[in-house]
Amino acid sequence: MKARVHVMLKDGVLDPQGEAIRHALGALGFAGVNGVRQGKVIELDLAASDTAAAEAEVSQMCEKLLANMVIEKYTVEFI
Amino acid sequence: MKAAVITFPGSNCDRDLIVGFENAGAEVVKVWHKETELPAGIDVVGVPGGFSYGDYLRCGAIASQSPIGRALVAFAQKGGYVIGICNGFQVLAEMRLLPGALMRNGGLKYISKPVPLVVTTTDSAFTEGYSAGQTITIPIAHHDGNYQIDPEGLKMLNDQDRVAFRYAQNPNGSVDDIAGVLSENRRVLGMMPHPERAVDATHGGTDGVALFRSILGRLVAA
Repeated sequence: MKARVHVMLKDGVLDPQGEAIRHALGALGFAGVNGVRQGKVIELDLAASDTAAAEAEVSQMCEKLLANMVIEKYTVEFI
Repeated sequence: MKAAVITFPGSNCDRDLIVGFENAGAEVVKVWHKETELPAGIDVVGVPGGFSYGDYLRCGAIASQSPIGRALVAFAQKGGYVIGICNGFQVLAEMRLLPGALMRNGGLKYISKPVPLVVTTTDSAFTEGYSAGQTITIPIAHHDGNYQIDPEGLKMLNDQDRVAFRYAQNPNGSVDDIAGVLSENRRVLGMMPHPERAVDATHGGTDGVALFRSILGRLVAA
């Protein structure tokens, strides 16, 4: 089973890299981009076959290491 | 007085930090990241600058979970003195020994230059050798030094007088110009500027000397 973890900055936390991307898109002529938030995607290849158990474990992974809960939030999808 | 300086793969200020401690009169033990315990009789631990584990995932995140990282958390929780500089500050924040987080600089650029800092509190073993409100010059060299904390956390830091240093001219977007913070017991200090690069008149000034003398003076007196 694979899990895909999306880590994003929390709403309200200023994202300097997202802002830089927005400026660059504007410079390329893409008008109308009101905002850009960037984050990361982490794919986990898991031995577990039970989704419920894996879900709990991946949440722990996120909170202990994959995301910094001070400034980031995460979502998990199983694929 | 014994200090330990931890070296992670990618640390590059560990030798400078050792010189900082030694010049102030400490005996320094080097500790490799794979150690699971700190040597006996250590009074203060220094976590140096650099790019521990290549800054993979987030600056300081992997180091915070390393074998020596767990020993360091236990040392701090028992009331040990710890100073984390630059990447060391990022490591201590990732360990939750200090509140807040260090994000990418507001201007997105790596900045390396001496900056004026205001000593915000002298109520700590690291800063009591300065005078309150004193402006000192200490080099910064970082890409991710933008200190952020939520409004409640910021209020707590200010109410408890836990901001150790502020930038006189904010270089990186840090909230409330914060350059360094103290733990609740005031024994753990994290700061982005490099006092260990300001301990020799021929190499970048001597404004960092008082920090190392302060902590050693406190420990020798204890």
